[in-house]
Amino acid sequence: MLELNAISIGFFIFTIFTLGGAIGVVTTRNLFQGTVWLMVSLFGIAGYMLLLSAPFLAAVQILVYIGAIAILITFAVMLTRSVTRVDERYIRTIPSLIGSLVLFLILIAGVTIPVFGGHEGAPVVVKTTHDFGLALVDGNGYVVPFMLASLLLTAAMIGAIFIARDEET
Amino acid sequence: MNVLNEWAFIGLFALLAPVFPALPIAVAWIFRPRKPNVLKSSTYECGVETIGDTWVQFRVQYYIYGLIFLVFDVEMVFLFPWAVAYNDMSLFGFVAGFLFIFLLTDALFYAWNKKALEWV
Amino acid sequence: MEICTGLCALMVESGANSGLAQFMSLLIGVLLVSGVPLVTVIILIWVERKIAARIQDRIGPNRVGPWGLMQTFADMVKLILKEDITPTAADRVLYNASPLVSFASVVLLWAVIPFTPFHFGVDLEIAALFFVAVASFGTLSVMVAGWASNNKYALLGAFRVVALLVSYEVPLVFALLIPVMLAGSMSLVDIANAQSGMWFVVLSPLAFLIFYISSQAETGRAPFDLIEAESELVAGFNIEYSGMKFGMFFAAEFLHVFTNGILMALLFFGGWKGPFYYESPLIAFFWLGLKGSIIYLTTLWIRNTVPRLRIDQIMAFNWKFLVPLSIGNVVLISALLKVMQELQLSPRNFVGASVPEMLPTTIVLFLSNLAIIIYIMGMLRKRGEEMRVSSQQTRRAFVQASGSAAGD
Repeated sequence: MLELNAISIGFFIFTIFTLGGAIGVVTTRNLFQGTVWLMVSLFGIAGYMLLLSAPFLAAVQILVYIGAIAILITFAVMLTRSVTRVDERYIRTIPSLIGSLVLFLILIAGVTIPVFGGHEGAPVVVKTTHDFGLALVDGNGYVVPFMLASLLLTAAMIGAIFIARDEET
Repeated sequence: MNVLNEWAFIGLFALLAPVFPALPIAVAWIFRPRKPNVLKSSTYECGVETIGDTWVQFRVQYYIYGLIFLVFDVEMVFLFPWAVAYNDMSLFGFVAGFLFIFLLTDALFYAWNKKALEWV
Repeated sequence: MEICTGLCALMVESGANSGLAQFMSLLIGVLLVSGVPLVTVIILIWVERKIAARIQDRIGPNRVGPWGLMQTFADMVKLILKEDITPTAADRVLYNASPLVSFASVVLLWAVIPFTPFHFGVDLEIAALFFVAVASFGTLSVMVAGWASNNKYALLGAFRVVALLVSYEVPLVFALLIPVMLAGSMSLVDIANAQSGMWFVVLSPLAFLIFYISSQAETGRAPFDLIEAESELVAGFNIEYSGMKFGMFFAAEFLHVFTNGILMALLFFGGWKGPFYYESPLIAFFWLGLKGSIIYLTTLWIRNTVPRLRIDQIMAFNWKFLVPLSIGNVVLISALLKVMQELQLSPRNFVGASVPEMLPTTIVLFLSNLAIIIYIMGMLRKRGEEMRVSSQQTRRAFVQASGSAAGD
C-alpha cells in the first residue's frame, strides 16, 4: 500500500504543510505569525486538491482562502491591540487533555469507519471545469444551489456592511 | 496522469523559484560590509526615536474593503466555470448567470449607498 | 505510470531509472523556462531607465557599456556591496522571506505562458485562474514585508497597498472573464488559438481597457504607484530593506509589469498569431514578444507622464467606476454573444473560425462596446466640466472675498 511514487511523495509533503502549519498556528505567541502559519496550512490543503485531480478547486482555495480570507484575518488581527504579546494564558491541563482526546477519537472514527468499514467508496469521476459550468446552469443540475449561493453572498455582504458601519453613525 | 505531470512541473518550479532571488542575496551576504551599529539598526522614524509599540491606528475601512473583495472573490469563483462552459449553454445559461450577477451588483449598490465604499 | 516523452524517453533509453529520468527532464524544463524571465528582467531594467530618461528629455545611463547596456550589472554589483541593515526588532524569517516570495511569485507565472504554439512550460487547464491566484501571493508578500519590518510607516504603507491590490483584483478578474468566455477555456493556449478569427481586443475593447487599467494598479504602476510613493510615507513598505533584498522587490515589480504585458498580448491581441507565424516557432515567439513589448512600452509611457492619484481617488475610481463598468461589460457581452449564438450568427467555438465567419459577432460586440465607451466618455467629460466650473466659481468667490477684505 505504501509505494514510493510521486503521488505519495506529494501526499507526505502536503501533509507536512497542513499539519505543520496547523501546529504552528496553535503554538505561536505572535498573532501575526499565527496568520502566516495558517496560510501555510491552507496551502497544504490546496495541494491535496491537486492530488485529487481537482486543479480548479486548488486554485480556488489559494485565491479565496489565502488571497482573501487570510488577508481579512490579518486585518482583523490588526484591529486588536496587543498583537505581539499574548499575555493571558488559558492553562487548564486536565480538561483540555480530555477534550482533545475525545475529539481525536471521534475524528478517527469518522474517518476510518467509512473508508475501511466495508462501504463502497464514491465512484471516481474526474470532471473538467467545463462540465462544472454546464452543471451550474442545468435544470437537473446545480442551478438552484447556484442561485442560493448568490443570495447567500448578497446576505453576507449586506450583513457585514451593516455591522461594520453601525458604529460610525 | 498527465495532469499530475503538469503540476509536478509547477511544483518543481515553485520550489526553484525562490532559489533564483536567493542566489544574489546569498552572494551579497558574502560580500557586503558588516558594520552593525545601534543607530543604524534601529527602526526608522524620520530620524526621531520610536514612540510606543508598532501598532498603528487601524481603520475599519481596510476591513470593509477586504470584506467586499471576499464576496466578489467567491462570486468570481462561481463565474469562472460559468464562463468556460458559456458557449455550450442555452439562453437559460445566460439568464442564470445574469441573475447571479444582478443580485451581487445589488449588494454593491447597497454598499455604495450606505457609504461603505468611502475611504474616509 | 507517468507519461515519459521527449528528453525523458531519451534518458530512459540510455539506461536511467524511469522516475529519475522524469525528474531530470522536469528539472531541465524548469531551468529553461525560468531562464526567460531572468534574462528578461536584466534587459527590462535597462529599458525602463532609458525610456524614462528619454521621455523626461534626458539621456539616461550611457556610460557603462555601449548605450549603457551594462548598467544593470553595475547596479547589481553595487547592491551586492551595500550593507544590509536589518532592523533589530524585525521578524527574521518573515523579513528575509518576503522579497523571495515576491520575486518567486512573478517568476512562477512564466511556467504557464506559451511562447509559441508548441513551446511552453505547461498548458494548464486553469491557466487564467492560476495567474490571479499567484498574483495574490505577491499581495501577501507585501503585507508580510510591511509587518516584518516592525516599523509604523512600513505597516501603514503595507496596509494601504494591500487594500489597493485587493480592490483592483475585482475588475481585473471581471475583465479576464471576457476572453475566457469567448474562448470557452481558461487555458492560455486555447485562448490564443481561439483568436484565429478575430482578436479579442476588437471583440471587446472595453474589456482590454479595464484589464489594462487594473493591471497597472495591480503592479503598482503610475498613476497608481502609491506603492512606491517616494514622497509620502518615505518609500512605504520596503523602507527597512536595503541592498539586494530591496533590489529584489524592484526587479519583481518590473518583471511583473512585463509579464502582464505578455499576458495581455496573449489574452487580447492574439498572442503569437501574426503573418507567417506557423512557418517557424521563432516567428511566433517574435510576434508575441513584439506585442508584449509594445504594451509594456505604453505602460512606461504612461508611467512617466501622469501624476499620481491619491488613495481615496484610487478607491473611488475602482469601486464606483471600474467595478460596475466591468460587471456591466460582462453582462452585455454575454447577452449579445448568447443572442447571436442562438440566432446562429456566431460560431460556438471560435477556434479555427475565419474572419468572415466572425464578422457579425465582431460588428455587434465591437459596436456595443464602442457605444458604452462613448457614453462613459461623455459622462466623464460632463463631470469634469462641472468640477472645473465649480472650482472656478470657488476661486472667483475667494478672490472677490479676499479682494473686498483687502480693499477695506
